[in-house]
Amino acid sequence: MSEKVLMKGNEALAEAAIQAGCKHFFGYPITPQTEVAAYMAKQMPKRDGTFLQAESEVAAINMVYGAAGAGARVMTSSSSPGISLKQEGISYIAGADLPCVIVNIVRGGPGLGGIQPAQSDYFQATKGGGHGDYHLVVFAPSSVQELVNLTKEAFDVADIYRMPVMIMGDGMLGQMMEPVEFGAYTPREIPEKTWATTGTEMKRKHNVVNSLYITASDLEELILERQKRYDVIEEKEARFEAYKTEDAEIIVTAYGITARIAQTAVNKAREQGIKVGMIRPITLWPFPKKAFAELDTNKVKNVLCVEMSMGQMVEDVRLSLDCKIPVDFFGRTGGVVPTPDEVLTKIKALYEGR
Amino acid sequence: MTHEILISGFGGQGVLFAGKLLAYAAMLEEKYVSWLPSYGPEMRGGTANCSVIISDEPVSCPLVTNPTVLVAMNAPSLDKFEDSVTKDGKIFTDASLISQEFKRNDTSNFAIPSTKMAEELQASKLSNMVLLGKVVKETSVLPFESIINALKKTVPASKQAMLEINKKALETGFNA
Repeated sequence: MSEKVLMKGNEALAEAAIQAGCKHFFGYPITPQTEVAAYMAKQMPKRDGTFLQAESEVAAINMVYGAAGAGARVMTSSSSPGISLKQEGISYIAGADLPCVIVNIVRGGPGLGGIQPAQSDYFQATKGGGHGDYHLVVFAPSSVQELVNLTKEAFDVADIYRMPVMIMGDGMLGQMMEPVEFGAYTPREIPEKTWATTGTEMKRKHNVVNSLYITASDLEELILERQKRYDVIEEKEARFEAYKTEDAEIIVTAYGITARIAQTAVNKAREQGIKVGMIRPITLWPFPKKAFAELDTNKVKNVLCVEMSMGQMVEDVRLSLDCKIPVDFFGRTGGVVPTPDEVLTKIKALYEGR
Repeated sequence: MTHEILISGFGGQGVLFAGKLLAYAAMLEEKYVSWLPSYGPEMRGGTANCSVIISDEPVSCPLVTNPTVLVAMNAPSLDKFEDSVTKDGKIFTDASLISQEFKRNDTSNFAIPSTKMAEELQASKLSNMVLLGKVVKETSVLPFESIINALKKTVPASKQAMLEINKKALETGFNA
């Protein structure tokens, strides 16, 4: 299976999910991620799985809730406005400690917004889009190959920590084609799903899926337990990629497809003798704080955060740096994609202003 | 070596397929490659385009903003992208549909009547393949054989008849 195939991001992620053992997909079409559902509709019936187009996003996420409760590997996919509709369900799933994978191929917002690529759902994904004290693990792939690898891993991470995992892409990543290999992933060790509501056969106490705890002290105890798990995740699962950072005086930071654009700008700046590197967060929650906290303040003079938004991840970058290095921001939004030259101009301005 | 190719035209002219074929051929040649379409309502009869990057190194930004090769299949595409082509870049147009002169004289410009040439093959929809044949001839992007190989792999078994005519259109462009 190591032969390379040329695939669209949306289709590759759907194939990766099926290969990871996803048996149920519930969704509702929306540009720019409809190819995910189309691929699932075609493949799931042939591969021992269920594809169901729900009557709405709200219905789809609640179907995910049900299948997850039964311990099945399950996924839903949507784009920004659709993900907003799913938030109630996502909060319930987090509150019931159930694993599932949620894909957001982000488009411009707020409201119906537009259909072109954006990253303006960062706050929603990482700070709790629904109500309550909870987190999602959020993966931000920047190539079709990484999208495939992280989709497979997302199911494992969801099962290990019993929580929803979000894959956050954007319209560009979903629509573009790149060569991919599917053979590369080594599964992680998954604990047995003793909590799943699969029928007791009169041999054990029945399992309950629930997110309602009327007694305040009970609810607090449960949240504190969950927080311990979140602490482990923050310790173990934060991930980033460092690019040409060793001698860098300026650090550019960007995630997802924007990191590819920023990387071109970094390469062009290097050709002009500017010592610039890049930190690319791969997990947005947990945020790779250490990558920033451990920057050498004697060497790095500026950090530039580039996003397809008005500046959302930049807040986590600033918190991680604790005011030790000045952080600038450059972003385009509403579906407009920044060009490498725009980023380069910003890098040069910072370099000259050192 | 990195080729940044932009193929643009009306929705329905096969600009996305031409790009896909090029990307597929590049993958078979073990090159790094990316294919990025414009998407959205403009595809319904408006203009569509795709960015194809073929390189010996990993592709960072998949969006082509300054193409080294521009294929403009209609006048609005030439209007929109002519200025963005790199100096010494190559511009290919369908002279059957575009009557305007090139503005650029620091690029190599190739205007061939690809729609008319395709019609002469009884395949009026294959203007895209005629132009692609010309692109392969005039650039060092890929050898001609690798495009034919890619064509063989992408045309489904049920449409083998399409293979011959596509091949013929590519050859016509290559020899133009």
